[in-house]
Amino acid sequence: MLSQRTVEMFVGLFLMAAIAALLVLAFKVSGLTSFFKTDGYVVHAVFDDIGQLKIRSAVKMSGVTIGEVTEIKLDPTTYRADVSMLINAKMADIPDDSSAAILTAGLLGDNYIALTPMYSSTFLKNGSVIAETHSAMILEKLIGQLVYKISGGNNANSGTSGNGDAAPDSTKSHSSTGVKK
Amino acid sequence: MLNQVASLGRLGLDVMKQYGKAGILLSRVIIRVPNIRKGFPLLLQQIYAEGVLSLIIIIVSGLFIGMVVALQGYHTLSKFGASQELGPLVALSVARELGPVVTALLFAGRACSALTAEIGLMRATEQLSSMEMMAVDPIQRVISPRLWGGFISMPLLTIIFNVTAIYGAYLVGVKWLGLDAGAFWSNMQSSVEFHADILNGIMKSVVFGFVITWIAVYQGYDAAPTSAGIASSTTRTVVYSSLAILGLDFVLTAMMIGGW
Repeated sequence: MLSQRTVEMFVGLFLMAAIAALLVLAFKVSGLTSFFKTDGYVVHAVFDDIGQLKIRSAVKMSGVTIGEVTEIKLDPTTYRADVSMLINAKMADIPDDSSAAILTAGLLGDNYIALTPMYSSTFLKNGSVIAETHSAMILEKLIGQLVYKISGGNNANSGTSGNGDAAPDSTKSHSSTGVKK
Repeated sequence: MLNQVASLGRLGLDVMKQYGKAGILLSRVIIRVPNIRKGFPLLLQQIYAEGVLSLIIIIVSGLFIGMVVALQGYHTLSKFGASQELGPLVALSVARELGPVVTALLFAGRACSALTAEIGLMRATEQLSSMEMMAVDPIQRVISPRLWGGFISMPLLTIIFNVTAIYGAYLVGVKWLGLDAGAFWSNMQSSVEFHADILNGIMKSVVFGFVITWIAVYQGYDAAPTSAGIASSTTRTVVYSSLAILGLDFVLTAMMIGGW
């Protein structure tokens, strides 16, 4: 039988090991960062289609993560998706005419928001809305348009261009499949 | 015919009696004013016996389970060109399922069987009765610290198991099979969520720890005071706790995926 003091010491070590393990699980494995509320400001952007964008998706500028998506809701009157994103306070000087696009990391990767800076001398601040947005490219839609274009022959062009922004998408799908092959 | 119906009824009554006795034992342990000055050292001794001494088996099996999952997962994932996703695969399967379940099964074999045998032998050699003769409440002195000790140790062991399994996978995936360490960790971080995956796994282990130590303590307390009685009680502890773990695991998973 060990003395009570040794037992206490071992139990203390056991507890410390478990707490250290929990910290590893929290920070190294699950990447928990929301304990420390990051300083920043919230910016809105309204998209026609957000694709697979989720809460906590990254917001990037030139490929560098500068914030994350905090809220996604549907505007009940315009039926468009209103995305709120939290931008790090360090990135305070983003021109307010910048555009937001929803891109995909890799062919099948997660969606993220890419901000492209423009040249305005006034900056985004808490609560401001990004006016120029580009919706997510949905692979199924592109394939659908491609199939329609191939099977429809020559008169397909006039059919898709009636949709407005669908025409540039279908040319993109052409070029992307060309790269794949 | 009537005799068979009667024996079926007797069986049902016996089962109900067992549940009732287990419930009474549990309520006598829980519903009382805790005596911290006397109870705490006893509790520490039980955490030592059930938790600290189980560490070796938990760490070794965690390491090997992580390594095996990584090896199997790597060969399957690389068929689809998705071997970068090894980190999420291991972390999710360990944190959600393997961690709580395997730890609980090992704990049932390593600690709970010992609890049953110990309490059963105390009953068989009339130690519990002699405690009552000395005006020492055996529930407070023997049962309560063992139940609480198991209840506290199980989640701690599960957390340690999770971490060793993930590092076992890191050893195999990154050090041996040559995956990129950065991709391993960052893919893991982007797909494992603290609340939905890790906390729910720990919640499972809390439930398992409670149920299996309760089964162990009750089986020991209720053991027939013979050597054969202790033997069958110990067997029942391991069998019932394993079944309870696997059954409850399904129920809890269904609850957690269904969003409570």
